[in-house]
Amino acid sequence: MNNNLINNSETDKVLLFINKILLVVVVLIVTLPLLYVLLGSFLQPDVLLTKGLSFDPKHWTVDGYVRIFNDGSIVRGFINSILYSTGFTLVSVGFTILAGYSLSIDNLVGKKIIMLYFLFTMFFNGGMVPVYLLVKDLGLLNSPWAIILPGAITVWNIILARTFFKGLPNELKEAARIDGASDAKIFISIILPLAKPIIFVLALYSFIGQWNAYFDAMIYLEDKSLYPLQLVLRDILIQNEIEPGMIGDQLARAELQRIAEMIKYSAIVIASLPLMIMYPFFQKYFEKGVMVGSLK
Amino acid sequence: MGQGWDTSPKSDALTKQINEGREKKKSSLEYIKKNYILYLFLLPAVILVFIFNYIPMYGVTIAFKDFSPLKGIMGSEWVGFKHFIKFLESPNFHQIFMNTIKLSTFELLIGFPVPVILALMLNQVRRANIKKNIQLVLYAPHFISVVVIAGMTFIFLSPAGPLNVLLTLVIDRPISFMSEPEYFRTIFIASGIWQSAGFASIIYVAALSNVDPQLHDAATIDGASLFQRIRHIDLQTLKPTMAVLFILAVGGIMTIGFEKAYLLQTSMNLPASEIIDTYVYKRGLQAADWSFGAAIGLFNSIISLVLLVTVNTVVKKANGETLY
Repeated sequence: MNNNLINNSETDKVLLFINKILLVVVVLIVTLPLLYVLLGSFLQPDVLLTKGLSFDPKHWTVDGYVRIFNDGSIVRGFINSILYSTGFTLVSVGFTILAGYSLSIDNLVGKKIIMLYFLFTMFFNGGMVPVYLLVKDLGLLNSPWAIILPGAITVWNIILARTFFKGLPNELKEAARIDGASDAKIFISIILPLAKPIIFVLALYSFIGQWNAYFDAMIYLEDKSLYPLQLVLRDILIQNEIEPGMIGDQLARAELQRIAEMIKYSAIVIASLPLMIMYPFFQKYFEKGVMVGSLK
Repeated sequence: MGQGWDTSPKSDALTKQINEGREKKKSSLEYIKKNYILYLFLLPAVILVFIFNYIPMYGVTIAFKDFSPLKGIMGSEWVGFKHFIKFLESPNFHQIFMNTIKLSTFELLIGFPVPVILALMLNQVRRANIKKNIQLVLYAPHFISVVVIAGMTFIFLSPAGPLNVLLTLVIDRPISFMSEPEYFRTIFIASGIWQSAGFASIIYVAALSNVDPQLHDAATIDGASLFQRIRHIDLQTLKPTMAVLFILAVGGIMTIGFEKAYLLQTSMNLPASEIIDTYVYKRGLQAADWSFGAAIGLFNSIISLVLLVTVNTVVKKANGETLY
């Protein structure tokens, strides 16, 4: 914007100044809670609970982190989450891209019916209980497939992929077809390399969505050894359960409570740090994803 | 429409249509044979959707039966609307239903405008790199999981937590926010705005960046104030996007935020925090009252469907924007 050329009126200048202040306030509202947890995770719990934040190095400790790494559950949760999120992303993005490509072809016979078949699921679903019973009947209870398969295909993502493929120039395909290339060959050698942006956007959304989800894992998984990170976190943060490996030896109840409090802070930091560090690198892809979505 | 009617005699048109139909059928088969690979591409998605979306639609018939796992869906007896009536007549119904409606309506009404306002504010930031950095900061909470958000909420609002430390400067006793039903909705909505308003503003910021700056310059020369330009230029630009997102939000109103609501529930705040979906989970899965759970779930889906169609129609009439 190059409004600088034109003089804003006095009131406008005041408004713009207020706007700046408000934006600073918004930024503080977003960042302060995050900083509080980060700093809190390095503080001795009794200091944190009685005095609040302290910048005195004597009060600092990494005990919370040590306790978390002494117990295997968070590390195991990390590994499980990486496996589940990767599996989910592969299945979801792979099948979504294939379906989206086929549906992007204008003269595909039966396209309308197939589209309707997918769209209908946007408006009506069986609900939690029938899906659970189905997963149970399929013998998938307590299996990672119960987290990966049921939600792998979402209509919205198929529409996103289809929109992307529709935007690719038709001449490319026509030229290849004249050369006698088959549909499969056209897809692999011409379309896929061009589809990198949409594959990346969908993969990013699928992976993060699965990484941060807990509910399916909660209803389908029983073995604690299968728990993804978010379920382990739920035990620590919401259920106030401390894993035995985090305590070490017999301690008084009050001491236990303080440790439980400290572990919460460290657990939040460890669990959130990977995405917090990585998302800025993907910023432009998120924006791209939103834009593709808005085109319908 | 209304123009371009076929003026040829009826019989001619009919035979033509039949012939066309036959040819179409033949060429369709040929097309499918030739392009079978395209249908192969569709197969995995079609199968997964059939298994996990369509079979449960048949499974939901247990809402009208007394389902027992031993007898299976087919073998269980039909009982009509028994479970629906049981839910509607249960003493909890009024509270749970109203909790659901209030929580989602307030969240929509309060939460929906925030990303729009943020985008309008960000749009006034002249320096592109500053704007970008602010946006980056505002996106951060979106990438935090709902479990962590709930955990942070418990930490911040606990009787010894930072908010109460600040509050006790003014009042004499700490408030146990998570145990008082009256605070639940505020907590739920505020934490939701904190987490998602920044990220939700992306789409509006992008739409605003497409506005021709000359439009603003011209308006300024004509003496339009900042507010007038925001109202007549920026907001008008955002209107179609807002309409589509609003329809989508209303369609999801009965299911929104259920995972967070479940995490933020304590035995003390249940009078405000028990909503239909958390109730379905507790009755249907935890208590294994399958048919009753399925009936409540179905009741909820039907309300969502009606809302979606209604709002889509209303917005279409008012605005010309539609979802489908």
